Amino acid sequence: MQQVNSEQQINRFDHVKKQILSFGIPRIIIIIFLLSLWIIATFLDIPFPRLLSDTIVRWGMNGVLVLSMVPSILAGTGLYFGLPIGIICGLVGGLLAIEMNLVGFPAFLGAIAFSVPLALLVGGAYGWMLNKIKGSEMTVATYAGFSIVSLMCIFWAMAPFRSPEMAWPIGRGVRVTISLEGRYARVLNEFLSFDIFGVMIPTGLILFFIFMCLAVYLFFRSKTGLAIKAGGENPRFAQATGIDVDKTRIIGTMLSTVLGAVGILVYAQSFGFIQLYMAPLFMGFLAAAAVLIGGASISRATILNVLIGTFLFQGLLVAALPVANRVATLGSLAEISRIIVSNGIILYALAQKSGE
Amino acid sequence: MQRIRDRTLSKESFVLQMDGIGKEYYGNRVLNDISLAIRPGEIHGIVGENGAGKSTLMNILFGMAVIHSTGGHDGTIKIDGKPSHISSPLQAMQLGIGMVHQEFMLIPGYSITENIKLNREITKDNIFSRFAGERVKTLNVEAMQKDARKSLDTLNMNIEEWAVVSGLPVGHKQFIEIARELDKTNLKLLVFDEPTAVLTESEADRLLDAMKHIAQAGIAILFITHRLHEIIEVCDTITVLRDGHLVVQKEKENTDIYELAEMMVGSRITDVTREIPDISAKSTILSVKNLQVDMPGESVKGVDLEVKEGEILGIGGLAGHGKLGISNGVMGLYDSTGTVMFRGTPVTLNNPFSVINQGLAFVSEDRRGVGLLLNSSIELNIVFSAIQAHNEFVIKRGPFSQMDDKAIRAYARKMIKDLDIRCTGPQQPTRRLSGGNQQKVCIARALALKPKLLFVSEPTRGIDIGAKKLVLETLVRLNKEFGMTVVMTSSELAELRSICGRIAIVTEGKIAGVLKPTDSDVDFGLMMAGEINAAG
Repeated sequence: MQQVNSEQQINRFDHVKKQILSFGIPRIIIIIFLLSLWIIATFLDIPFPRLLSDTIVRWGMNGVLVLSMVPSILAGTGLYFGLPIGIICGLVGGLLAIEMNLVGFPAFLGAIAFSVPLALLVGGAYGWMLNKIKGSEMTVATYAGFSIVSLMCIFWAMAPFRSPEMAWPIGRGVRVTISLEGRYARVLNEFLSFDIFGVMIPTGLILFFIFMCLAVYLFFRSKTGLAIKAGGENPRFAQATGIDVDKTRIIGTMLSTVLGAVGILVYAQSFGFIQLYMAPLFMGFLAAAAVLIGGASISRATILNVLIGTFLFQGLLVAALPVANRVATLGSLAEISRIIVSNGIILYALAQKSGE
Repeated sequence: MQRIRDRTLSKESFVLQMDGIGKEYYGNRVLNDISLAIRPGEIHGIVGENGAGKSTLMNILFGMAVIHSTGGHDGTIKIDGKPSHISSPLQAMQLGIGMVHQEFMLIPGYSITENIKLNREITKDNIFSRFAGERVKTLNVEAMQKDARKSLDTLNMNIEEWAVVSGLPVGHKQFIEIARELDKTNLKLLVFDEPTAVLTESEADRLLDAMKHIAQAGIAILFITHRLHEIIEVCDTITVLRDGHLVVQKEKENTDIYELAEMMVGSRITDVTREIPDISAKSTILSVKNLQVDMPGESVKGVDLEVKEGEILGIGGLAGHGKLGISNGVMGLYDSTGTVMFRGTPVTLNNPFSVINQGLAFVSEDRRGVGLLLNSSIELNIVFSAIQAHNEFVIKRGPFSQMDDKAIRAYARKMIKDLDIRCTGPQQPTRRLSGGNQQKVCIARALALKPKLLFVSEPTRGIDIGAKKLVLETLVRLNKEFGMTVVMTSSELAELRSICGRIAIVTEGKIAGVLKPTDSDVDFGLMMAGEINAAG
C-alpha cells in the first residue's frame, strides 16, 4: 500500500515537473524577475499602484501590436518582423485623419478606416514577396522592415501634408513627432476609465484590445482561419486537401499587417504622439519578444500567449525603469535591461528547434 | 580424423563467414539466424522482397551506427577466418569490405580521379611540407591518375580520368563508384546494393560483365538485386531471404528464375479461400488512361487502369517502381498528365480540391508528412477535410463561418468508437498517438468526406500486427457495408492478397499485369521482378 502511495507521489512529482517545463523556463524566469522587481520597488518606496496602472496602460497600448505576430506565426511565415511595414500603414492613416481635420473618436476610427485598405494592399504585396523566399522569411522580413522604414524617411520628408500641426513651419515634409492633443490623444484610454485602489483602469483601451483578440480568435476558428493554420502547421497536409498554401500565407501576412496598422494607432492615441521617421525601426523586435515571453514559438502562438506575454514584458519595462534609477545612477540601465530582455528572448526562441 | 577435416576446411578459405546473424529492433525481430560464407572470387547473390532483411544484413556487415545504437546483433562474423567485431563503417573498410551505393556518393564538381582518390590521395614533398608536415604535401597528380586509370581499365571504361563527374551519365557514375572501391588496395569483398536499379539495360549488362571481371581478380562479391535474371547470369551461389529468415541457399546450377521467384514471395496467405465477389458485371467507376506522374522516386510512366464499382483493387510492386505514384497522381499531389474519368466525368488533374469534391479521398502513405496535423487535436484532424471541401461541421452566417464544436465533438467521438482509436480523448494531439492509431485518424478523416472511392497507400506501414489487422478489417467493412470502392497500394503482397479482389502489379512505372489473389507465388514473383508482362 505504502509503495503504491510513493509511486503515486513520484508520478505527481513527474507531472508537476512536466507542467513546469511545458510552461516554459524563460517564462518562469521572467515572472520571478518581475516579482522581485515589484518587491524591490516596494522597499524603495516606489508606489505599487502606480507601477500597476502604468503596466495596465502599456499592456493595452502594446497589445494589438503584439497580437499582429499571431496570424503570421500561424500562417507559417514565422515572427512578423515586418511589423514596421504595418506600422507605417497605420501612421499614414493617422496623419490622413489629422489632415482631414477630424477630432476625437471619428478621428481615431477614420485613421483606422484609412489605414486598413492600405495595409491590406501592402500586406498582400509583402505576403507575395514572402512566398518567393520560403524558408528565410524572418531574416528577409527583418531587413524588409529596416528598408521600408528608411525609405519612408524620404516620404515623410517630402510628404505633401498641409496641416500646420504636422508640417514643418518652413519647407516641405512632416515633423518627427506630432502631438495628438486635441485630436485623438487617449480617446480609448479615457473612455469609461475609473480608479480603483489608486489603480487607473483604461476601460476603453482594454475593451478595444480584448475585442481585437476576440476577433482574431474567432477568425482562426472560421473555415479560412483553419485553412491558414493548417497551411502553417503542415503545408503538405494542407495542399493534399486542396488548400492553396501560398494564398493562405498571403492572407496571414495581410492580417498581420492590418493588426500592425491598427496597433500603432492604439499605441499612438495612448502615447499622445505620432512618432515618424526612425521610430518604427525596432518595434517588431519588442512585439516579437512579448509574444515569445508569453509562451509562443516561431511556429505556434495563441491569444493567451499575447495576453500573458504583453503583460509580463511591459510589466518588466515599467518596473525596471524606476528601480534601476534608484539602485544605480547609471542613466541608461533601464534601456539596457530592456534590450537584454527583448533580444535575449528572441535569441532563445530562434535557438529552439522550430515547431517541435 | 577430426584434424584432417579441419585442415581441409581451412584450405577452403572463406573471405567472409556470417554465422547465426540475428537482429531485433525494439522487440521486433527483423533477422533470424542467417548464415552465409563466401570464397574469394565468388559472386554471391542475395534476393528478397522489400523488408526481407537484406539491408539490415548489410548494415550489420558494415557496422552501421543504427545497428549498434539499437543493441547490436546476434551471431558472429569472420573475415578471412578471423572473428571480427565490426563496430564502424571505417573498420569495415579497413577489413577490406567495400560498398557500391545505390545513391551515388560522388562530389559532382571533382574530376573522376579526384573522386576515386578522395581521402587516399598520393602526395609528394614540397618546400613547406618539410617543416609543416603531412597535411601540406602536394598531390602527386600523375600517380593518382595512373591509379585511377588502372581501376577504370579493370572495368573496361574508356573514359578520360580527368573528366569532371557532374556532367557524366548515370551509368558512368555507377562505374566510378565501383572504380573507387577497386582502387582500395586491400579490397577483399565488394557489396553491390541494387546497382542496376538506375541503369539502362545495356549499362546493366556492362556492369554484370565488370562484376565477373572483378571476381576473376579474386575479389568476392555480394550482389543484392530484385532482378532475378541478373542473379542467374552472374552468381555462383544464391541466398533467398524472406521476412528475416533464410529460405534457401543454392548453387546457381541447381535452381532457376521460377523457383527463386516462388521462394522470394513465399506462401504466407492465410485467407485466400474467402469469397471474391464477381465484379465483371459491375460498371467502371474510375478509368485511368496513360497516366504519367512526376513523383520523385516513384514516377509513373503511362498507366492504364480500370477500377470497378464496389471492388477492392490492390496495387502492388517493388519499391521505386511507381506504385505509390498512381494514387498520389490521381489525387493531385504530384504533377501528372493523362486522362482520368471518375463516374463518367473527367477528373481535373493537379487539383486536389476538385478531386476531393468529386468524391475521391486519399489516405497517404506519408502519414506524418502529409496525413496529419501533428500538433492539432484528433477531432480537428478528422473533420478538417470535410470543413474545407464540403463546408460541413461549420456554422455559416453570410461571409462568416465558425467551427461547430458540438457537431465536431460528436462526430469525432463516433469515429473514435467505430475505428477503435486508442486515445485520451478527442482533444489529444495526434503527435502523441501510436502509428496504428494515427493511421486510423487518417482513415477517419478520409471517411468524413464520405467518398465514393477511397485510395489507401501503405495503410499498414510501420504499425504493429494487431493494428494492421484492424486497419485491413476496417477497409473490408467499409467496402462491404457501404459499398465503398477501395484502391489499396501496398508493398506487402500478403496483405494485398488477403483483402483485394484483383491486384495490379506495377513495374518500371507501368502496369505489368493484373492478377487474382489466388494466382501462384511464381506469377507474383516473376511479375514483380519484371520478368513477365501482361500475364493477367
